[in-house]
Amino acid sequence: MSAPPRRLRDRGTGMSMTVKTVMRWLKGPILLFGIYMVLYGHITPGGGFGGGVVIASAFVLITLAAGQKEGLRIFPLGMASRLDSAGLLLFLVIGWLGTWWAGGYFFENYIPTAETARFSLFSGGIIPLGNLVLGLKVASALFLVFTVLTAFHITDELLGETEVQQRQEDKS
Amino acid sequence: MFGMNTDVQAMIPMFVAVPLGMSLLIQLVARHRQVLAETLNIAAMMALVVMSWSTIGGEGIYHLGGWPTPVGIDMRMDALTTLLLLVVSIVGFAVSVYAVDYMRRFTSTSHFYSLFMLMVTGMNGVILAGDLFNLYVFLEVAAIASYSLVAFGCAHEELEASFKYIVLGSLSSALILTGVALVYGITGTLNLGHIAERIAESGMDEPLLLAFGLFIVGFGFKSALVPFHAWLPDAHPSAPAPVSAMLSGVLIKAIGIYVLARLAFNVFGISESALEMLRWLGVLSMVVGGLLAVGQKDIKRLFAFSSISQVGFMVLGLGLGSPLGMVGALYHLVNHSMFKSLLFLNAGAVEYTTGTRDLNQLGGLNGRMPVTGATSLIGSMSIAGLPPFNGFWSKLIIVLACIEGGYYMLATVAVLVSIITLAYQLKVQRMAFFAALPEALKNLRREPPMMSLAMILLAVGCVALSLLMFSGLRDPWLIGTAQQVLSAGAFGG
Repeated sequence: MSAPPRRLRDRGTGMSMTVKTVMRWLKGPILLFGIYMVLYGHITPGGGFGGGVVIASAFVLITLAAGQKEGLRIFPLGMASRLDSAGLLLFLVIGWLGTWWAGGYFFENYIPTAETARFSLFSGGIIPLGNLVLGLKVASALFLVFTVLTAFHITDELLGETEVQQRQEDKS
Repeated sequence: MFGMNTDVQAMIPMFVAVPLGMSLLIQLVARHRQVLAETLNIAAMMALVVMSWSTIGGEGIYHLGGWPTPVGIDMRMDALTTLLLLVVSIVGFAVSVYAVDYMRRFTSTSHFYSLFMLMVTGMNGVILAGDLFNLYVFLEVAAIASYSLVAFGCAHEELEASFKYIVLGSLSSALILTGVALVYGITGTLNLGHIAERIAESGMDEPLLLAFGLFIVGFGFKSALVPFHAWLPDAHPSAPAPVSAMLSGVLIKAIGIYVLARLAFNVFGISESALEMLRWLGVLSMVVGGLLAVGQKDIKRLFAFSSISQVGFMVLGLGLGSPLGMVGALYHLVNHSMFKSLLFLNAGAVEYTTGTRDLNQLGGLNGRMPVTGATSLIGSMSIAGLPPFNGFWSKLIIVLACIEGGYYMLATVAVLVSIITLAYQLKVQRMAFFAALPEALKNLRREPPMMSLAMILLAVGCVALSLLMFSGLRDPWLIGTAQQVLSAGAFGG
């Protein structure tokens, strides 16, 4: 029996082998579906937010199945936080270009939306661009929210004396 | 097309975009560079001061993306909006200058500046929102940023206060959202101007009255009127001093009183019963807040209760429903944002140098901290309503408006609460700044320079605002704005 490839290495954390295997099969299609939802957001149901949520759920699935260490190795916190800020900043810049470059309104659709290109991927003016950066933002923000909510646990320093006593009584 | 020139018009969305962009930029480029974060924060606030100054006199509706009114998102600017934007940016600027020295004691200050900018984004958004749902969204942006800012110290007291604030804040947001849903269901539109038109056509029916009641309770929570005030005396003292100054000085007005006035007078159309309710809420807040403030030992907690009392004055002024009452309410709103943020910055400076907020452990600080002593005297005298300072004029107008409307009891109560205000402010002055210096505080250092600068700025503001009583400034700023708020037809879509 040959050694498993690096991607499939079991690091001894997370859930059982079954869950991890299913996760390995599912993470690709989920990610792909999220990206599809973001890219086609202007012509089919979906968009930056929905697609971003699906993308984030792929990373949440990895974290749940393989443990937090593995999740944060694939999507480090610093990168998630930077992408989160950069996504929204780019969205603002896209809107601002409408007043500055195109000389119209904030968030005006200044890229021509040709009649012939209707329902094709490259249509919709700034909407797909906005979807793209919002997808980036939502995916990283939701992953951050999930990680931060699961990363911390209550320590005794945060509690008052009575609560600490209560916790010790509960343990014993 | 919208009765304003394009330069001013193009600036309207920037009031939201500039602080929002800056909060993100700080996270991107200045996360570990404290000086850069401070500089960016001050630069953004300065830009906002300049922008709000240059929009004076401008009014109109901005259609985001060029979409017409029922389809797109509207932002709306008029005299009241400009007044509030100026208050937010000037107080915010002073607070950002102050924070440079004060926040050095905390870790990860870049997060503080980002959240601060987000709070300003939310407030500016609420002030400029042209429809109910965007108003709600920006309200939540400001509120959630303020929950995190209250908890910024991350100690037991801060987290507890923040949790209380979150629970009550979410409750009030839920009430507001229910009100928004009801209004949308009944009138079929979310645009403030259109709602005003529909209500003017069909009149108020019971579901709309329910929605109005939900708004009064929801925004009553946000502005800490007395039956709904429980979160404020915990949340405002626990926050870092710059945040307390922003919360008490601006936030409760921008997302509380302002929206209350806007909805009551411009959207729902005020009725005698609604006015009476506002008067009751105002008087209750004045008296209860004032009486509770007298007994406090914690200097910031005392100021927090005093905020409740002073908000009562504003709501009483609104509840009179007369032009004079409206002038008094708006004037007191502007004044209170100056002196209350000044007093919270003073309290922060005292806590910064002495390490305590307990009045019993303080004393004689005038000799050691001359700038804090002098500016806090100005702030105290302003809030207590002593003649040369701004607080005197606004309280005088509110009392006169009570007499003009024939509410002699309310006028008496307002005067009595003014005396109570003087009493607890003198208590602060005597116990913290005048009495003998305790042995433990002999080796005090002076307050740092940037903190002094910010306090002097706001103290000058307190004195300068009494100039609004002269007719050249009074007519455009106060009377014009009050007339605009009171004229129901001014808000048509």
